[in-house]
Amino acid sequence: MALLTMVQALNQALDQEMAANPNVVIMGEDVGHDGGVFRVTDGLIQKYGEKRVLDTPLAEAGIVGTALGMSVYGLRPVVEIQFFGFTYPAFQEIVSHVARLRTRTRGVYTCPMVIRTPYGIGIKALEHHSESTEAYFTHTPGIKVVVPSSPYDAKGLLISAMRSEDPVLFLEPSRLYRSIKQEVPETVYEIPLGKAKILKQGTDLTIVAWGSMLRMVMQTLSKDQNLSAEVIDLRTLSPLDWDTIFTSVEKTRRLLIVAEAPRLGGLASDISATVSEKFHGKLKAPVERVTGFDITPPLPLGEHLYMVDEKRILKAIKKLTHSS
Amino acid sequence: MLNFKDYNPLEGKQLQIMDEKGNLNESLRPAELTDELLIDIYKKMTLLREMDKKAASLQRQGRMGVFASSYGQEASVIASSMAMGKEDWIVPAYRQQGAIIAKNLPISNFFLYYKGNEVASRLPRESHLFPVAIPVGSQPLHAAGLGMAARLKGDQTCAIAYFGEGATSEGETLEAFNFAGVYKANTIFFCENNQWAISTPRLRQTAAKTIAQKGVAFGFDGIQVDGNDPFAVFAATLAARKRAAEGEGPTLIESFTYRLGDHTSADSAKKYRDPAEVEPWHDKEPLLRTRLYLTQKGLWDDQKEEDLANEVYNQVGIAVAEAEKTPNQTIDDIFDYTFAELTPTLQEQKSYLKQFYPET
Repeated sequence: MALLTMVQALNQALDQEMAANPNVVIMGEDVGHDGGVFRVTDGLIQKYGEKRVLDTPLAEAGIVGTALGMSVYGLRPVVEIQFFGFTYPAFQEIVSHVARLRTRTRGVYTCPMVIRTPYGIGIKALEHHSESTEAYFTHTPGIKVVVPSSPYDAKGLLISAMRSEDPVLFLEPSRLYRSIKQEVPETVYEIPLGKAKILKQGTDLTIVAWGSMLRMVMQTLSKDQNLSAEVIDLRTLSPLDWDTIFTSVEKTRRLLIVAEAPRLGGLASDISATVSEKFHGKLKAPVERVTGFDITPPLPLGEHLYMVDEKRILKAIKKLTHSS
Repeated sequence: MLNFKDYNPLEGKQLQIMDEKGNLNESLRPAELTDELLIDIYKKMTLLREMDKKAASLQRQGRMGVFASSYGQEASVIASSMAMGKEDWIVPAYRQQGAIIAKNLPISNFFLYYKGNEVASRLPRESHLFPVAIPVGSQPLHAAGLGMAARLKGDQTCAIAYFGEGATSEGETLEAFNFAGVYKANTIFFCENNQWAISTPRLRQTAAKTIAQKGVAFGFDGIQVDGNDPFAVFAATLAARKRAAEGEGPTLIESFTYRLGDHTSADSAKKYRDPAEVEPWHDKEPLLRTRLYLTQKGLWDDQKEEDLANEVYNQVGIAVAEAEKTPNQTIDDIFDYTFAELTPTLQEQKSYLKQFYPET
């Protein structure tokens, strides 16, 4: 098995699915001859030609809106938005049309498509390139939101997303694009959407995270061998796999959610509220959240202050495990 | 076939084939538009007017919600969509209920949609009619995408997008022009310039002299047509469709018309529009003009007009009854089409709601 980065794993998924399904079309800014700014689509235009890999005009609403029409016509567009912060011009197309075409026509017209985009803070990027605003979209019925946390997952989840009958927003943590390598099988495989993964079994507490936060959590845990934490990688943020969370909390009675996104109105708050309601009186300690702050993500020299780090995770773990 | 170069919008040209008195310039008339087809268009425009009239009355009675009437603009949607092929896609805004008529679909769906039931947009897949688009200027992109896909696949199928002149101020509409131009999409952009976007007059919408010239900026032809002349509307759409199907790319048609009524049933144009401006447009409206032509040609008379009036009245009555007897949405309806499969969370929310509405 080859050791691949997430970029390579995503590229392989796109390549294999394009080979298997002639209706798959890639479109976005600089996705063709440049291979995308992170090179996720590298080499695909050479292999599949300009009718399957479209270097589009620089207009995000245009990309998503035309992808909708193409999808209804029978193609399977895989859209790349260059950075998550640039999905905002396409917000209306995603929220008002892509996410609701199926229900508006009661299932007659649907627009399966994948909107891929690098997301999250931590690569010392320019302004607007470090967004973790997934809550805008988990708040939107009708579009699935997926976040891989490893090269292996990235490939399997992207293949599932490309085969999904529903539109999928596929958030790729840019911090993980090249920072880790993992064995990724050459074979085509799917990882089901809507299912979380237990990354590590444990009994003392449950830690829920997604995307690049998993790595931070695992790093922190590696420092304390005496703690038996169960770690859940959500993989899909919408629809959320509540069963896996509930089953784990039933066992551990302690819950920590680690999220990079701003705190107010974020997914961490929702998980906290739901678990607190459901397990009222049964928890050994109140649910803890370690999140980003309700501020604009700082520019590179200040980004470490915003980012969730080991110290903050450790403090929350201590708070949870020291109460009984 | 019409040559768009002869109607350069930058030179202030406008295509008119039938004048305001119903006189025809036969040399410009497309052979496809026979008198028989024109009579069909006239009947469809009359039906559309009756639908709007009935809807306004139902709305006042509280039996229907807010809707936008096509009063005075009937030639735009009817004559253009009649120039499209059966397989072609129609992507309407919210003032194109005429497309339902042109596609020979049940007009009860119009009443049902504005009564407030999404099931009205569950049309047969092969109808290729998109649902109503309420967010202004958001839907031309869908027609651009349909036309791009057809081009990529080498099909002759086309898509026509409808929107008003107000929508040309929206970025997404301009992005649609741009994408369609770059990819030579099988797309026709049809702007119903009815001079008013609610209370905002055309001159406040853009400093450009015409809407049609915006096509020129995106590298394709734009043409302004007399939007109350079904011959001109049909001829321009037919020519644009032919070009699109042959891979020559999109065309922007500006149908120069006038909104004789209010924006929707929720406003009153008297508040912001001088009645003196409206008055002359009553003499130019498309039904009157078409009737003048047909009468002059001996193809129409008072008896036929009376028969048609009765026919559309009955048709609309039946459609309204149909819409009114359609059951309201069920709880299953509003949950089950969110995703391809119902998620466990939605299943749970649905069961919860059903406790409170056990009969729904």
